[in-house]
Amino acid sequence: MDVKPDIPNDPFPGEVHPTASGGILVTAIDDVINWARSNSLWPLVFGTSCCAIEMMSTASAKYDWARFGFEVARATPRQADVIIIAGTIVNKMAPVLKRLYDQMADPKYVIAMGACATSGGPFFYNTYSVVKGADHVIPVDVYIAGCPPRPEALLHALITLQRKIKMGLTREQMPPTPTGE
Amino acid sequence: MNSEQLKGKLSELLPSVAYEEGGQWLNVNVDHKDWLYFANSLRNNAELNFDYLFCLTCVDWKTHLTMVYHLESTQYRHPIVVKSKLDRTLPQIESVSHIWKTAEFHEREVYELFGVNFLNHPDLRLLILPDGWEGKNPLRKDFEDPVNMIKL
Repeated sequence: MDVKPDIPNDPFPGEVHPTASGGILVTAIDDVINWARSNSLWPLVFGTSCCAIEMMSTASAKYDWARFGFEVARATPRQADVIIIAGTIVNKMAPVLKRLYDQMADPKYVIAMGACATSGGPFFYNTYSVVKGADHVIPVDVYIAGCPPRPEALLHALITLQRKIKMGLTREQMPPTPTGE
Repeated sequence: MNSEQLKGKLSELLPSVAYEEGGQWLNVNVDHKDWLYFANSLRNNAELNFDYLFCLTCVDWKTHLTMVYHLESTQYRHPIVVKSKLDRTLPQIESVSHIWKTAEFHEREVYELFGVNFLNHPDLRLLILPDGWEGKNPLRKDFEDPVNMIKL
């Protein structure tokens, strides 16, 4: 995804006009909602193979994704905002993934982490059991290349997702197309 | 026991065994008809006491199948690899699940992936594959799946 260079990185979307007794804030409520949502993304505890090891590393002290707002990984989809598909999805796992996604409350976001979740990766050819990309099962917002991607790549993807939410460009925020979704 | 001592002991138990050189561990080839007797000997002989089956798998060589059993004795710490050739069209071998309990699900896995029929297995059915897979063995080299497989 192209990240527009003019995306503001400032902490709050709005202008404060100082007055004698304090200040007046001018903003758009959608921007505030997007700003709030993007800075409090709770990932679902979900990992199916080696990418999950990198994801755990990203969560732990050295990389510490809590610095960017991915504070608490939730063990239930009902409390999670973003699902990081960390690993291979096999045909038998696909309905489970779909069900987890369906159980997540809106708004919800999906990151496909690594080659397997993006395309089937090393299991693209000559296998009977692997889904050739998790986007055959659920819609994906951000893809990460790598096998497995480094923690920096996952952090970059999460920050890209934040920017996408701030810009109002995720699948959920876009207006519906005439053909449905 | 080291490999040489094991060889002597095993040839005593079953003179028809053949040895393969070059592996990390002692490799023993047995005829599949002798396997049940040989397995019982390995487990119950006091000097061998192979009480730990730590790997059970199968290899498809296109011309034949080979069952591979990795055994170790937790008492003497000596490992051994037992191999047995099977006919590819009608692969069958005696189950060893009553000797080593862990073989029960390993044999079910080999049954579904390679189609090996384990005689006298207590519960020979699919382990991981979904229902309706009977007869198709995805780890056979000639396995075809036009729906899910993309050929390179």
